[in-house]
Amino acid sequence: MTIEPARRVQAVPPSGIRKFFEIAEERDDVISLGVGEPDFSTPWAARDAAIASLERGRTSYTANRGMRELREAIAAYSRERFDLAYDPDEEIIVTAGASEAVDLAFRAFVNPGDTVAIAQPAYISYEPGVLFAGGEVLPVVTREEDEFRLTVDALETAGAADADVLVMCYPNNPTGAVMTRAELEPIAEFAVSHDLTVFTDEIYAELTYEGEHTSIATFDGMRERTVVFNGFSKAYAMTGLRLGYALAPATAIGAMNRIHQYGMLSAPTTAQYAALEALTACDDDVEEMVAQYDRRRRFVRSRFEEIGMPCFEARGAFYLFPEVPPNWAGTADEFAESLLREQGVAVVPGDVFGEGGEGHLRVSYATGLEELREALRRIEAFVGEL
Amino acid sequence: MSQREVLELLRENARYDVADIARMTGLDADEVEATIEELESAGVIRGYRAVVDWDKLERERVRAEVELNVTLDRETSYGDIASRLAKFPEVKALRLVSGDYDFDMEVEGDSIREVSQFISEKVAPVPEITQTVTHYVMTSYKESGIEFGDGDDDDRLSISP
Repeated sequence: MTIEPARRVQAVPPSGIRKFFEIAEERDDVISLGVGEPDFSTPWAARDAAIASLERGRTSYTANRGMRELREAIAAYSRERFDLAYDPDEEIIVTAGASEAVDLAFRAFVNPGDTVAIAQPAYISYEPGVLFAGGEVLPVVTREEDEFRLTVDALETAGAADADVLVMCYPNNPTGAVMTRAELEPIAEFAVSHDLTVFTDEIYAELTYEGEHTSIATFDGMRERTVVFNGFSKAYAMTGLRLGYALAPATAIGAMNRIHQYGMLSAPTTAQYAALEALTACDDDVEEMVAQYDRRRRFVRSRFEEIGMPCFEARGAFYLFPEVPPNWAGTADEFAESLLREQGVAVVPGDVFGEGGEGHLRVSYATGLEELREALRRIEAFVGEL
Repeated sequence: MSQREVLELLRENARYDVADIARMTGLDADEVEATIEELESAGVIRGYRAVVDWDKLERERVRAEVELNVTLDRETSYGDIASRLAKFPEVKALRLVSGDYDFDMEVEGDSIREVSQFISEKVAPVPEITQTVTHYVMTSYKESGIEFGDGDDDDRLSISP
């Protein structure tokens, strides 16, 4: 007898990035621009707080929703930084990474058969999350001519008016697109008029290089229908510490907590102490990291333009989303595979992020400048031989 | 502001070329070139050096941090003593500091004997110098903001979501 996985698990294909990971592992000269995590270390003060918490033996569960002190700090930070006012007692939950928060939201608010519209290209975990919850995915394709921003036109074309939930992520993984207040306003109106629940993943909010990050939850009529996801992985370089959170009205957080309290009980305690310190004492570290990313962003984009790979000006996250060169006859997936095999540069083909990603590559600049320079030299050599 | 940004980048790596700095800052290459020239001629940029990990070479290189105490008289200032000491090629850095001693001097030579001789024969006899304390550098872990070590500690997955 074999254990038969549930049908909804079998229905989810393996991740499209796995093949590239396996090829990259075969050779030792690979420069990877395929990583979705900072190359910086967690700010020392945060690491020190984690160590101190261990030294004091603070290794037991915390409250299911997270340490109260941390929830208060999250509330203060969200209010001051993004004008998002949430009650630390009722409207905030601390999770094991923002990914857990996203998963909780799908499970808490998606009924079997519900339609979840996802602005694509999108982070690769949203779609499986919907399928695991028994929902159906409706791709809402954003286009390069719109700088990969979500538009009402795209929502209408996709038929999102009839969806139950809309998932969006700005600054965006994989495109690096951001949306301004003016661009978000019609989306908020659309959500309100069609009674959509909105999941907004704002994990890259701190990595906004021009202008201020705006959350869609701040528009009239949106707070009560929105779940905001954020976390410490990107801005504070804390990916391995697995700490995220969600902000939403009390009933929504209560529903998410009902699942969380049975599945996770509470987010890792050591990581919560690190996060508390990150929020209260690491602004300068974040500022320095953001300045470095910004320089790399300008550098890499300018090199792609020089190489002849058109690349719109991404203003957030740490990704660029250039097109494969016009004289490349195959798919982006084939381009990425050949580039990896021939030049040892790993990038992720846009196809794996869903519709709208075809013909593009996700290039992460969370890598040192010297390596970026060398990677782009190799890409230039590869493209030059086409 | 652009001056500051250009300086930060050159401090990070003086070998960034003008085109790279232009790409990173969003300035024109001409503007970058002009900014660097301006900083050089104003004496803000005093030189470009490599940061060397001598331990990686076969050849011995000895460095010492020397604490100097001095007494001043009516005719002699800290500046006078400093300009006398700074002229020795063995002296790589010289700073007036607050605290238990007056000058902090960095000396380099090919052997401990050479460095000791320099301090006892050239530095100690300076009449205003009342005391020297020499600390030989045993291992360098960080120089000019650059950490030494194997540097290959990126253990991230090569591809991640």
